[in-house]
Amino acid sequence: MTLRDALGWLLVGAAALYALVAVPAGGELTTMINGSIYASYAILALSLALIWGYAGILSFGQAAFFGLAGYVYAVAGLNLESTPLAAVIAVAAAAGFAALLGYFMFWGRISDVYLGVITLTVSLILYRFINQTAGEEWTIGAAPLGGFNGIPSTPILAPPGHPDEPFLPEQIYMLAVAALFACYVICKLAMATRFGRAVIAIRENEGRAELLGYDTRLYKLGIFTLGGAIAGVGGVLFANSVFVSPNMFSLQTNGQVIIWVIVGGLGTFAGPVIGCFLLMALSTGLGSLDAGPSFAVLDPNLVMGVVLTLCVLGLRQGLLPTALAFGGRLVAKARATRGRGAAELRRPAEERP
Amino acid sequence: MIGAPLLEAEGLIMRFGGVTAVAGVDFSLGEGELHCLVGPNGAGKSTFFKMLCGQLKPTAGDVRLRGRSIAGLPAARIARLGVGVKTQVPSLFDGLTAMASVRVATDAVLPPTLSRRRAEEALERMGVSRLAGHVVGRLAHGQRQLVELAMVIAQKPDLILLDEPAAGMTGAEVDRLGDLIVELARSSSVIVVEHDMAFIRRIARTVTVFSQGRVLAQGPAAEVLADARVRDVYLGKEAA
Repeated sequence: MTLRDALGWLLVGAAALYALVAVPAGGELTTMINGSIYASYAILALSLALIWGYAGILSFGQAAFFGLAGYVYAVAGLNLESTPLAAVIAVAAAAGFAALLGYFMFWGRISDVYLGVITLTVSLILYRFINQTAGEEWTIGAAPLGGFNGIPSTPILAPPGHPDEPFLPEQIYMLAVAALFACYVICKLAMATRFGRAVIAIRENEGRAELLGYDTRLYKLGIFTLGGAIAGVGGVLFANSVFVSPNMFSLQTNGQVIIWVIVGGLGTFAGPVIGCFLLMALSTGLGSLDAGPSFAVLDPNLVMGVVLTLCVLGLRQGLLPTALAFGGRLVAKARATRGRGAAELRRPAEERP
Repeated sequence: MIGAPLLEAEGLIMRFGGVTAVAGVDFSLGEGELHCLVGPNGAGKSTFFKMLCGQLKPTAGDVRLRGRSIAGLPAARIARLGVGVKTQVPSLFDGLTAMASVRVATDAVLPPTLSRRRAEEALERMGVSRLAGHVVGRLAHGQRQLVELAMVIAQKPDLILLDEPAAGMTGAEVDRLGDLIVELARSSSVIVVEHDMAFIRRIARTVTVFSQGRVLAQGPAAEVLADARVRDVYLGKEAA
């Protein structure tokens, strides 16, 4: 492990400690509810960071897996005794759907912008479909799909064996944050394996990877399915933080997640998570100004647009890679200065100016 | 031919629309043979090469590796059967370091415990160990060629296909490459597509000359390269 990697893990560990110890100690319920929503979205961002940043697969419809898992969880949770089982089914459904979609795309040799269009279309089809499920005929067992309104009665996760004691918002927050860190670790570990190295190689040059004996379709399918499963985890936690609604599949959600990844830094895992938290916090902050006298000046959408434009123009690599490059330059400069100082000391005293 | 046929092509044809790039080629390569494919631009040798390694699916004809038909199989399947390929334009993982790139090659054929050591050996054999930590996309053309060759030899394939391996290399690098190819041919069969006649004379034992999608001449290097028809093709008399 390099020094940079060690520092990275140290910072991630410190962030986990802060989120899991310091924030709950503060005890602000609103902060924790917002925190669980942010963490759910951050898991979605992480899933796109994995498949786009590391495998080069730009899914414009990553929210499809997020929303699908949310709905499957809500429907299964309302019909089954066990919400943890519903959560497992939901994540498996998101992974399975990603595997099915990925199979057709990768075996059909679809890539680049066409893949983006297909994934976005799939997400928007789900959005349109769920939107029109308002009638009573759209009820699965005990679960009405609810059309535009979603399923406000989405069940809250409860410990196994205690279905009548659902988790409190504070506990859902802890669970969401812990899941975010677990997903981060899974992504990092996956990329350190032979599978991860092959995925990165395929992103760099698919043709060369094939000439070395890699069936690139299988690797792309594997990473796409993992991305779908992670987005599914985010969807389940989002369903527990708010409730499921068609907006989980919307164009806005799909666009936002791409923006978080770009602003945070493509090709990193922590960057998109940071991007998600910062932009969500900014959005929430601006939204709370919306009723005040400053409304005309600080329209949230306008401010958000300016921030994003500045980020894209000024920080082309994204926040985290820019910060790392800056840190790297500082370290190099410090080393050069120290090197010059040491050389100066080694010179005989009479030669020094 | 040194041993039993390792690779055979029979009546191989490749058409692109109305253009016939390869018009019925028969070819045979023995175990441990070092064979050069030569010919002027547009003669069909690179198309023939791409059909051997699975980058192109032949319009007609067959390619057999140890008697097993491989025509039209995906490139990855052919590679797993023990065929290593170096393409005409260096095909590398530009964002990875030289070491990481060669590790991708060795990971495909070896367990993790042996993969790193083999990658180090391959870089050393190509004389580019000092570049192990360098990002491949920032290397000079000749160095990139050597890293790509390291990726190919690291898998220790039974058959090595090299498309213009000396292109863009310095004189010293070409000399070293010539020695290396001759050395490689002791443990693998090698097919080299090349333009540089001095390089071919130096390394080749047997040569196939392509002209207008067909085999013009085939046999021992000294004999074929002295053939008047071959000289005509290279000097352009046939075209005139």
